[in-house]
Amino acid sequence: MQVTSNQFKQAASRKLADPKVQKALRNAKGKLVVARSRSMLELDNFEEIREAAARIRDFGLQHMDVLLEEWEKKATAAGTIVHWAETAQQVNDLVIGIARKHEVRKIIKSKSMLGEETNLNHALEAAGLDVRETDLGEYIIQQFGETPSHIIAPAVHKSKDDIADLFAQKHGRPRLNDIAALTHEARDVLRPHFLDADMGISGANFLVAETGSTMIVTNEGNGRMTTTMPRVHVAITGIEKIVPTLEDVSLLLRVLTRSATGQSISNYLSFTTGPKRPGDKDGPGEFHVIIVDAGRTKLLASEIREALRCIRCGACMNHCPVYQNIGGHAYGWVYPGPIGSILTPAYVGVEKAIDLPNASTLCNQCGVVCPVKIPLPDLMRKLREQQVQKNLRPWSERLGLRLWAWAAERPVVYGVLTRIAARMGKWIGGRDRLLHRLPAAGAEWTSGRDFPAPRGRTFRELYARTRNRRTR
Amino acid sequence: MSARDNILKRIREANGRESGTSATQRDAILARLDAHTRGPLPTMDWEPLPRFKERCSALMSTIDEVGSLAQVPRALASYLKQKNLPTGGACWPEFAELDWAGAGLAIQARPSHGDDKLGITGAFCALAENGTLMLLSGENTHATTSLLPENHVAIVAASRIVRTMEDGWDLLRSERDGLPRQVNFVSGPSRTADIEMTLVLGAHGPFRVHVIVLSE
Repeated sequence: MQVTSNQFKQAASRKLADPKVQKALRNAKGKLVVARSRSMLELDNFEEIREAAARIRDFGLQHMDVLLEEWEKKATAAGTIVHWAETAQQVNDLVIGIARKHEVRKIIKSKSMLGEETNLNHALEAAGLDVRETDLGEYIIQQFGETPSHIIAPAVHKSKDDIADLFAQKHGRPRLNDIAALTHEARDVLRPHFLDADMGISGANFLVAETGSTMIVTNEGNGRMTTTMPRVHVAITGIEKIVPTLEDVSLLLRVLTRSATGQSISNYLSFTTGPKRPGDKDGPGEFHVIIVDAGRTKLLASEIREALRCIRCGACMNHCPVYQNIGGHAYGWVYPGPIGSILTPAYVGVEKAIDLPNASTLCNQCGVVCPVKIPLPDLMRKLREQQVQKNLRPWSERLGLRLWAWAAERPVVYGVLTRIAARMGKWIGGRDRLLHRLPAAGAEWTSGRDFPAPRGRTFRELYARTRNRRTR
Repeated sequence: MSARDNILKRIREANGRESGTSATQRDAILARLDAHTRGPLPTMDWEPLPRFKERCSALMSTIDEVGSLAQVPRALASYLKQKNLPTGGACWPEFAELDWAGAGLAIQARPSHGDDKLGITGAFCALAENGTLMLLSGENTHATTSLLPENHVAIVAASRIVRTMEDGWDLLRSERDGLPRQVNFVSGPSRTADIEMTLVLGAHGPFRVHVIVLSE
């Protein structure tokens, strides 16, 4: 997917001013936050489970090589064909190669965020293949020609009316006005494709080292269709999805589905181990799994490697006051919200996503709800440090900070300068005690709101006066 | 070097083990896989059968209880009649001998195809914690029967209701040699909330899941 993260500020301003986006975000926020907190009440030892979940993920990261090798051994023994891809380009080439070998024409796809990373649909279409997203949200987004705005609710920014217009136009059927009817229309339209597609592409929520399985979590049933109906199934998945045992997955699922949608469990949890067995009447004849790096080993070697614990629940974005106001598209790549502010710079380059680690108040809502205890604000702070170390901050900010540092090291100068500023501020603030326009970096603040004017005395002056009064 | 070797090498470097993992370390890691240690569980102060029934209803599955397998066709016929649902479809071969015709149902023992309105399956076991069915794909336990029809009926013996997913795995390990092609945990009718976060049942899978518990 094209990276537009460095247009974050402009995009965020547009989203803030878009009443449709604002309405959709308000609706989603209430539902997801409330649903999660209600379902968490079912786990009387949530903190204990969460701690264990983080440890499982860390074990997977720490021993990833051994676990992946073990996974590969078991998967191969079950008949799975395992491929490895270092880059996004290699992923797309491998998938196209498999499709060509099997003379595939039509592909059905169940959700994969990794597929968004590699721009897989675009590559498949360019190779002349017919590829259809089947998750309802992804299907809607594909028909609009857009990208997802949320990792578990891709079309959350679209209204019922938008979708009704879209379906009427794309399906050539009478326009429907009811959400259930629209959902069932999509079911009717997609069903024949499930039955006659040649190839299915899915992601994986976890890889189970113990059994060589891939597993996916879905609600709609499209994941089961994609992994069962076509004659070839290809799963693409990042190396970090590795988990030791079925018991570990069982524990992670207790926090994953609750964190994601507030469900105690999602409708379909499918563990796939190899292709169709002798005698089986259904299932694909060939099952391929592509294990993908695409920036993950680099992240593993970095000081922000805890981000690889992520199990893609979306709770961090649902609870983020910044995401709640601007939605996912402004973040400019695949992953929005706090986790996106970390993964985007990690995967596409710190310099291509300058604003993202700063698009946070560090309020730690994300850190508190993360089911695998990723210290998201700490990681964002480390990325901010990297920006400074790599001299990636704007020249005006660097100059400003250097001037400030120069003055701060000279208490007398600092005292004089702040005294002048406090008095001027009071004078300019006038009767309403507000500054309507600030110079330099302050201009960005006052373009949207006023700044409270200083009251004429600096902190040091007031402090000295108070101390004098006390000692007297 | 292959992509595989490059990736594994970079993983080892990132974890400070450029020289690779020693045999002892490797054995310790693999021992963790064989131990099947369970993590902490929430408090579960309930009995499996009532909990299972309660959670099925919460997931918007419907539930019925009959004394024996022979009573299933009549119980199912009355459910279908009450809901005004089609009476023909496919079942897993293990139920081929039931007197479906005697109850006025047209059920064939075969894998389901896209046009069936009714699919009847058993279950490897059921999980009480969340009202979940554990289904294994196989020669005689077709995966499509619980997926393609609009109405999925699952027949589960009360004795096969275990507490948690962890219990389900243990049962599978004790009775089977390895995993089948696919293990599917089914928790209620297919659903989506992708349009305006509004819940709709019957996305791509069944609109309804009806569970018949055999109390024996």
